[in-house]
Amino acid sequence: MVRGKPDLEIKIGGLVLKNPVLTASGTFGYGREFASLVDPADLGAVVVKGISLEPRSGNPPPRIVETPCGMLNAIGLENVGVEKFVSEKLPFLRENGVCVIVNILGDSVEEYGRLAEILDNAPGIHAIEVNISCPNVKQGGVAFGLDPEAARAVTAEVRKKCSLPVIIKLSPNVTDITSIARAAEDGGADGVSLINTLQGMAIDIQTRKPRLANVIGGLSGPAIRPVALRMVWQTAKAVSVPVLGVGGITTPEDALEFLIAGASAVQIGTGNFINPRATIQVIEGIEKYLIEHDMNSIHDLIGSLNG
Amino acid sequence: MKQIDAEILKIEPVAKDIFRLTLKAPDIAEAAAPGQFVMIRPVSGFDPLLPRPFSLHDWSEKQGTIVILFRVVGKGTGILAQSRHGRKLQVVGPLGKGFDITSAESVCLVGGGIGIAPLLGLAKRLPEADAYNEIAVLLGGASGEELAPLAECLDIPGLAVRLATDDGTLGHHGVVTDLMENHMTRDRDWLVLSCGPMPMLKAVAHLCRKNGWPCQVSLESVMACGMGVCLGCAVKSPAGNGHEGYLHVCKDGPVFWESDVAW
Repeated sequence: MVRGKPDLEIKIGGLVLKNPVLTASGTFGYGREFASLVDPADLGAVVVKGISLEPRSGNPPPRIVETPCGMLNAIGLENVGVEKFVSEKLPFLRENGVCVIVNILGDSVEEYGRLAEILDNAPGIHAIEVNISCPNVKQGGVAFGLDPEAARAVTAEVRKKCSLPVIIKLSPNVTDITSIARAAEDGGADGVSLINTLQGMAIDIQTRKPRLANVIGGLSGPAIRPVALRMVWQTAKAVSVPVLGVGGITTPEDALEFLIAGASAVQIGTGNFINPRATIQVIEGIEKYLIEHDMNSIHDLIGSLNG
Repeated sequence: MKQIDAEILKIEPVAKDIFRLTLKAPDIAEAAAPGQFVMIRPVSGFDPLLPRPFSLHDWSEKQGTIVILFRVVGKGTGILAQSRHGRKLQVVGPLGKGFDITSAESVCLVGGGIGIAPLLGLAKRLPEADAYNEIAVLLGGASGEELAPLAECLDIPGLAVRLATDDGTLGHHGVVTDLMENHMTRDRDWLVLSCGPMPMLKAVAHLCRKNGWPCQVSLESVMACGMGVCLGCAVKSPAGNGHEGYLHVCKDGPVFWESDVAW
């Protein structure tokens, strides 16, 4: 029997993604940086580096340190600011037919709302991802990610201020991530992405100084994958909106685990640093798996965990 | 910029803990410029996790090869040093902004320790020697034992190399900036191109500033991506020069004008 290619399309709110593989914010720049290695239009979507109302210069170095099967970062949300993003970064993405999800961050509910309003009016943006979970700045939105009521409020404000699909990116540094996910859903989120980095730290035992200037950083990479997978599985059972799985996904096998656990899509983050073509290889690997397992659609796989 | 699986053609010990690695990488050799670097992943697994940045020591477009000179400093470089020819390594490059060698009357290359690595590819590609009044090469190191084999790596006919060691076991007893002061005559328009450890670069930059010599420095940093995405390799830039606080070694460098760095 001759079969067509399996259907990889997924939906988040009203947004249709051609495949379920996205980049995680902060690991793919503004899409252009990788363009000679990966055509960003081949991806389900590019989630760009977190954008704030004003430009931010970030934390002092050292900002990153490698740990076993992972890395700690404390970049401090360095970004060009929303105005420069729209005028200088967005045109390339728009002209190249890239599905663009803009990650936003702010210090107050009003700031998140203002960002959503500005981006709603910028052509070429397909969805907003709200970062309520960055651990590396004092007011990096993390306060909103730790409290269900604050998460609901910020989601509702962004929802009110824009017509785009809204995804809330969740912090794993909480007792019960499903309660934050449910609050985001109540606030009107079209999807939740998880997990952001886990808080960690490393010390140089010779100098007895912290290895990061910020002392504390966010742990990412394969080291956190089992934790992320567990949280995705729990969250997918707790909410009815799509869950985007993030955390140490580097290979097709990693991505398949998340999809089986209930993620509708995956984001590749640190994996882009390890292998810049990881995203493309994951898309190809998922397609191959579906063919080998006689599945016509990615939806046959999503949440298909056997008890 | 390309991502390739490059075959190891040769790996040779040069001195204690220092190795020269030759890789088959035609696409990278073709596009390379002096001072640029590549990201090499030492293993295909996840420990160590990240690729490592290495400056291009030399390359041959004709042979389709690139050469890396590196010191074993940790797990990643340790694994590289023990690799055998025939093995393939994930290599991304060429990356970054190299040396700007467009205009100068006389050129002084200043290197320290393993920082001499990018100076070979640079020295070989300076415009025809007669375009300059003089090309000087000044190298510094801790001892003769360390510096002699590194200096040999820069053995190019027609190029006079002057050496300084901290312990006086080879060349001038002192630091490389002593050589600069002794050698760089005031009657010439010098361009200084430098690579080495941070304290040395700082001293070189300071001396250049004092004497009005334009100076470029190649900086080293921990980085995850090598292409301006992770923003891990931030280096402080002086206030008021339009760089909003930090520059990034991978994208704005690794070679910077000394005046763009907050020393």
